Amino acid sequence: MASEAVGERRSASHRLADLFYGRRRLQAGTLLAGPVGWLVIGYLGSLALLLIAAFWSVDPLSGATVKSFTLENFESLVNEPVYRTIVWRTIRAALLVTLTDAIIAFPIAFYMAKLASRRGRALLVVGILLPLWSSYLVKVYAWRTLLSANGAIHWALSPIGLDTPGYGTTAVWLVFSYLWLPYMILPIYAGLERIPDSLISASEDLGASPFTTFRRVILPLSFPAVVAGSIFTFSLTLGDYITPRLVSNDQFIGNVIFSNIANNQPFAAALALVPIVVMIAYLMVARKLGAFEHV
Amino acid sequence: MRTQHANTARTAWLIVGGLLAVMLLFAGCGSSSDSNGGGEELKKLGQGEGSVDLISWAGYVEPEWTKPFEQKTGCKVSDKEAGTSDEMVELMKSGQYDGVSASGNATARLVAAGLVDPVNVSLVPNYKTVFSDLKNQPYNTFDGVNYGIPHGRGANLLMWNGNEVKPAPDSWNIMFDPKIAAKYKGKISAYDESSYIADAALYLKVHQPDLGIESPYELNEEQFNAAIELLKEQRKYVGEYWSEAAKQISAFASGDVTVGTTWQYQYFALKEEGVPVKASPASQGFLPKEGATGWSDTWMISSEAKHPNCMYEWMNWIIEPKVNAEVAEYFGEAPAQEKACEHTANPNFCSEYHAEEPAFWKRVYYWETPVADCGNGEEDCKDYNDWVKAWTSIKG
Repeated sequence: MASEAVGERRSASHRLADLFYGRRRLQAGTLLAGPVGWLVIGYLGSLALLLIAAFWSVDPLSGATVKSFTLENFESLVNEPVYRTIVWRTIRAALLVTLTDAIIAFPIAFYMAKLASRRGRALLVVGILLPLWSSYLVKVYAWRTLLSANGAIHWALSPIGLDTPGYGTTAVWLVFSYLWLPYMILPIYAGLERIPDSLISASEDLGASPFTTFRRVILPLSFPAVVAGSIFTFSLTLGDYITPRLVSNDQFIGNVIFSNIANNQPFAAALALVPIVVMIAYLMVARKLGAFEHV
Repeated sequence: MRTQHANTARTAWLIVGGLLAVMLLFAGCGSSSDSNGGGEELKKLGQGEGSVDLISWAGYVEPEWTKPFEQKTGCKVSDKEAGTSDEMVELMKSGQYDGVSASGNATARLVAAGLVDPVNVSLVPNYKTVFSDLKNQPYNTFDGVNYGIPHGRGANLLMWNGNEVKPAPDSWNIMFDPKIAAKYKGKISAYDESSYIADAALYLKVHQPDLGIESPYELNEEQFNAAIELLKEQRKYVGEYWSEAAKQISAFASGDVTVGTTWQYQYFALKEEGVPVKASPASQGFLPKEGATGWSDTWMISSEAKHPNCMYEWMNWIIEPKVNAEVAEYFGEAPAQEKACEHTANPNFCSEYHAEEPAFWKRVYYWETPVADCGNGEEDCKDYNDWVKAWTSIKG
């Protein structure tokens, strides 16, 4: 009697379990429905909408979109030299920041992975992650204060005859390089840690100089990690518009999107496709360089 | 293994492709834009709905005058602050708000997009005593129909650091004339929005009368290009463009810039910080000799307002003499309500802010939305999109 009652009560969940039993496709499908649905509708869907909107135009006064096919957004994007200047400026900054971060991050990551004591490594990891705990805006405003004509950099450099670069392109480069450095260090650190010490010893035993060991053993093995890190630094710079706005008068792609979003969404959409295309190209190159192989 | 990979990739592409096809289908069938313009105004005031949702400039909706409003009408106020006119238009498109304190460079767009309804001013008793030079203006009345209740007005200021800039400037030429601006190269602070083109046009109106500029918001090709040239020239001397008040305050406080165009908000904030900033004195009417661009704000009611009765109560409340006085003094602008002048804490407030002098306001050019059809019948004026694009090219 008692066992029957329990069976009665549990029958609903039992039936559900029976439904799934042995049906792998159903199991996987139910499990993935949420995340995949989100990805398809929320993420790819909005991208597709963006792509379509780029071919629409706008009523000049009301700002209402006119949903008929036109190429005029792309025409003005290509024909007006100012947009080429801005796109090129943005890409150049992204490349420069990526290069800078790679050069700074590599030695730090190498020290963490191969040389530091366990304690030193822990301290360094915390030190690198610490800036990520504070708000992005706070960090940029802090740099604004540092870079000011009468700020700390001016104060520190003036005794040796140098001065703060002030607000401008150099400031943008400095601030971006600072902001995204952790995103470069961590992948390189992970990549370097995976290289067995024995390989380095073997290289030395076979008579390679430290430089040759670096060039022929360490760099090729860790290069995919550098490329993986560069995806972060490159894409984050490419998409940012607040830093250029706060420490310079330079316009990046994001700034122009921002100033068009309220009144001319189709044009903003056309502009937004530029970084997407650039990023796809970048990712394809990164794939060729092996960035996705062991990640 | 290889073939399985290829299969997965093909499936992924099929999903993406199918998705795109569906989206394109949606786009094709998308309803055409439904801008209609003339909605219906409210005929009779009814019972309040218990709450009202507003979009406002910072400092326009403060507990000092919303608390008594809630007690009196039972309409609970919730407010969303917007930073720019563009943001206000964007928020109104959501249809979740009952009303907005729109400046003149948003009002025409809101009306054209059908986002706001006409206002029946006979249901707003305090409207009778609003200054008559604020009624039936091109930025609040369209085709003879009232679309809002005036809130208050003010001029954009020329501000400078009293220790660095001597003698005190009395003209915008300190920012626009290359010979004078060169002295302050890298120390000039200019507003970072397309509406700043109007400031250049206003300067040209006075200094190059042969261009024939009447309103700095109604510019034909030649006038527009002259203003753009002037701004491109000015760019060489600009230290910083600002669009957040906080950014300009920090630049003036640190000494990175010493002269620029600003709002009352930044001026008072810097004074409070002890920065020796100055602005055109009362003896010059707070204005450089060319006059200035400025704003006259209007409370408008959404065409999708869920609480229209409470919104009408709000529009009447904000120009209640005592309340409008409080609002104007809090922000530092001239009140819209005649009778507010009897209630200001500073008895000279209205005369200091020229609230009662229509002649003064003739020299203040309120923000407007530039439109192609600017009243000369030729539709040859530059519209808002042209302004935005030109602004991008000025900054380069």
